[in-house]
Amino acid sequence: MKIEDILEKKKDEKLFLLGNEAAVRGALEAGITFTSTYPGTPSSEIGNVLAKIAKKAGVYFEFSVNEKVALEVSAAAAASGLRSFVFMKHVGLNVAADAFMSTAYTGVRGGMIILSADDPSMHSSQNEQDNRLFAQMAGVPVLEPANPQEVKDLMHYGIEISEQFQIPVLMRTTTRVSHMRAIVKLGDIKKKNKEGFFEKEENRFNIAPAFARKLRKSLVEKLQQIEEVANNSTVNQIVKECNSKTGVITSGAPYNYVIDVVNENNLQVNILKLGLSYPFPRGLVRKFLDGLERVIIVEEVEPFIEKEVLALIGKEYKKIKVHGKLDDTFPRIYEYNPDIIAESIAKVVNFNLPEQTDKNIDIEPPFRPPVLCPGCPHRSSIYAIKKAVNSLKIRDEDVIYSNDIGCYTLAMQPPYNMADYCICMGSSIGIGSGMAKATKQKVISLIGDSTFFHAGIPPLINAVHNRANIMVVVLDNRITAMTGGQPNPSIPLDGWGEETPVISIEELAKATGAGYVAVINPGNIKKATEIFKEALQYKGVSVVISRSPCIMLKSKEKRPNFQINQEKCTRCQICLKQFNCPAIYKKDDGSIHINELLCTGCGVCVQVCPQKAIEVKK
Amino acid sequence: MISKKCYKIYLIGIGGQGTIKTATIIGEAAMSQGLNVVMSEVHGMAQRGGTVVTEMKIGQAESPLIERNAANLVLAFEPSEILRTLDKIGEQTQVIANSSTIVPFTVSLGISTYPEKKRMLDKLKKEINNFYLIDAEKLAKEAGHLITANIVILGAALAIPGFPISRKIVIESVKKNLPVRMIDINLKALELGYKELFSE
Repeated sequence: MKIEDILEKKKDEKLFLLGNEAAVRGALEAGITFTSTYPGTPSSEIGNVLAKIAKKAGVYFEFSVNEKVALEVSAAAAASGLRSFVFMKHVGLNVAADAFMSTAYTGVRGGMIILSADDPSMHSSQNEQDNRLFAQMAGVPVLEPANPQEVKDLMHYGIEISEQFQIPVLMRTTTRVSHMRAIVKLGDIKKKNKEGFFEKEENRFNIAPAFARKLRKSLVEKLQQIEEVANNSTVNQIVKECNSKTGVITSGAPYNYVIDVVNENNLQVNILKLGLSYPFPRGLVRKFLDGLERVIIVEEVEPFIEKEVLALIGKEYKKIKVHGKLDDTFPRIYEYNPDIIAESIAKVVNFNLPEQTDKNIDIEPPFRPPVLCPGCPHRSSIYAIKKAVNSLKIRDEDVIYSNDIGCYTLAMQPPYNMADYCICMGSSIGIGSGMAKATKQKVISLIGDSTFFHAGIPPLINAVHNRANIMVVVLDNRITAMTGGQPNPSIPLDGWGEETPVISIEELAKATGAGYVAVINPGNIKKATEIFKEALQYKGVSVVISRSPCIMLKSKEKRPNFQINQEKCTRCQICLKQFNCPAIYKKDDGSIHINELLCTGCGVCVQVCPQKAIEVKK
Repeated sequence: MISKKCYKIYLIGIGGQGTIKTATIIGEAAMSQGLNVVMSEVHGMAQRGGTVVTEMKIGQAESPLIERNAANLVLAFEPSEILRTLDKIGEQTQVIANSSTIVPFTVSLGISTYPEKKRMLDKLKKEINNFYLIDAEKLAKEAGHLITANIVILGAALAIPGFPISRKIVIESVKKNLPVRMIDINLKALELGYKELFSE
C-alpha cells in the first residue's frame, strides 16, 4: 500500500490499515479540515500520514511545540466553525490539561475530536493512565473504538455528537487499537470549509468566573442530554443475546478478546459493547442488566465502567454480582490478552481452558533492550560528558544526571548509567534546578531539541532566575527522533516539508540570561570534552548545545565503512565497553570487529581508540 | 490449541530486520485473496535494536493476539528470539528460524550471555515438533543483498503445508510493498527461501 491510498481510494474500497492510518481517513471522511499534534507513541503515525497527505487533501496540519498548544490551536479552529482534530499520546493530555478542562466549558462550534492514545502495559510510556477518567473529570464524552474500522467510523460519529452538542469529544484508543492493522472499508470523503470565521461571544469564550459559573451549568446539562444519546446509540450495542443469566460489558480492545474467547469456546453469555462509554448510558445498561444474576466487566487500565455499574446497581438495590477488577476477577494492571480474558472469565463461567504444554528448554535468551543506533550523535555527547566528569575527578555518586524524554533516555542503560531522574517532558531542567538547590551534588540536565521547545524553556528561565547551579546539555539532533523523525522548530522545515523560520536554541538560552552558552559538534570528542569541562566548572547555569543531525537523516552512500586493524588492537575494549557502539562486537576468540551491515560510517570510534587501530576499510 | 477458524502467524525478530514489513506483506496478500486478517505491530522505542513481535490472525478473528500454544506458524528472524516465544508454540506449531545470530550489546558488557549456539539449536530441534532452520543470510546474499533475509524467510513460509495464501498473491504483495529497484532481488530471495524449505 502507498500512503497516498489513504486519501485517494474511493468509497467501498478496502485498505489494510493501521488504527492510526484509519484515524486519518476517518478525519477526512468526517470533513475535518484542521489538525494538530505533538508526536508521541502510540499516536505518532497519525501525524506522519497527515504530514504527507494533508496538503493534497486540503487540510491544515501542524506539529505544534507541545500538546497544550496543539489543543489550543485546534480548539480555536473549532470555535471558528471548522471541524478540528487534535491527537496525542495519553501523557500528552497532562500537558494539555489546562486547556482541555476549560475547552469542555466553552465548548466548540465546529466539531472537535481530541484523540488520546493510551498505553496499557506501558510499551513506550512512563505510566499507564486511563484518560477516560480525565474526560470524566473535564466532562467530555468518550468514544472507545475496538479496531481500525471503528476508529474510522467513530471519527465521523464523534464529529456529529460534538457539533450537535457543541462539546469536544475524546476518542480513547489504546496501543492495540492504534497499532492494530486490519481491513477497513472506506467511505466518502466530505468536503468542508477550510476557512473559519470567529464570531465574538464574550460570555462564552472568556471564562472569567462569572461566565464560567454559567458554562459549568450548561456543560452538566449537555452531558445529561448526551447520556440519552448514549442510551440509544448504535455504537453501544448488545452484540450477543442469549438465554443466560450472565452478562459481559466491555469496550475497546478487550472486546476483541472477549468475542474470540466466547466464539472459540461456545460460551452462553450476553455481551454489551460500549463505544460511547461516557456519559455512562445508564438506561441501556439498566435494561441489559435486567434479569441477569451476574455481570462481568472487561476493560483496560481502570475500573471505569465497573464503578458506574456498581453505582447503578447500588442505587437501585439490584441483586447482581459484579465481576471485574475490584473483586480481582481481572488483573488491575497491564493490558489484557486472550489468555488473561479466558482465565478470568473461567473464574465466573465454567468452561474447560485448553491444556498448556510446557517445553523443556532451560536456556535463557540474551537480554536485548533497545539501544542508541550505531552512529547516533547522542552516544558521542554522553561519552564526552563522562570523560569530562572523570577528568575533573568528580565521583560518580557526586553527579546527578537529570534526564528527559527522548532517544537519549537510553543513556540510562549500562555502560553509561546517565539517567538518575526522568519523569516527563522538560523535567530534566526543572528537576535539575531542584536538585541543585537541595543538594551539593553536581547536576547535569540532558534534554533534546524537540523537548527543549516543548517544555524546557520555562524551567530554564526558572533555573537562571533562581540561580541554580546546573549544566544543561541540549542534545540537538535536529529532529524529534524517537517518535520517528518529525520536524520541530530547530530546523527550517515544517510538517509539510516547507521552509519556515528556525528558532535558535542558543539565542533562547542567552536570552534567559544563562551565563555560559556554547555550541559544539559531538563528533569531535576531544573538543566536546573540553567544552563540557568548562561548562561543568561554571558557577550558575551553563548551557551546552551539542549539535549533530540524527544518523537516520543522513544518507549512507557517501560514508565509508570502518574496520579494526587486528595487529594494532590491544583488546583494551574501550570501544566496546565505554563507547559501546552496537556495530562493534567481540568474537569468541576475544578479537574485536566491526559489523559491516550495522556500521554507519560516523567514524567517532576512530577518536575513541587509544591504539589508533580503527581505520577506513579499503 | 490451534483454531480451525483462523490461521495464526507469530513473527519475531530484531528492530531493523523487516519483521513488520514481512507481516504487512502477508496481511495485504490475505486481503487480496478475500480473507479477513487482523494484525498487531510494535512501534516506538522497541524498534531500536530491541525485540520486535508481530502477531496476526487470518480468517475469523477480532483480536490479533495469539493464545498460548496456539500459533500455526512462527517465523523467527533470529534463533535466540524463539526462546522468548516458547509459550506460543504448541504440538502442531510449525517454526521456521533463521540460523544467523545477532548478539546484543549486553553480552559484550558482560551483563547477559548469548546461549551456546549448538546446544540451543539441538534443544529447539528436540522440543519443537516441526522445526525448520534456514541460513537466511546466506540465501539473501545469493539473491543479491543481505537485507532480503526477511523475504527469504517469507519464501520458506510459503512452502509450509496449510499456509493459507497462494504464492502468486504473495508475489504481487511483495511487488506492491517494496521499492521498485529492489523487487527483482526480493523475488529471487522469495524463490530461494521457498526452494530451501520445499526440498526439506
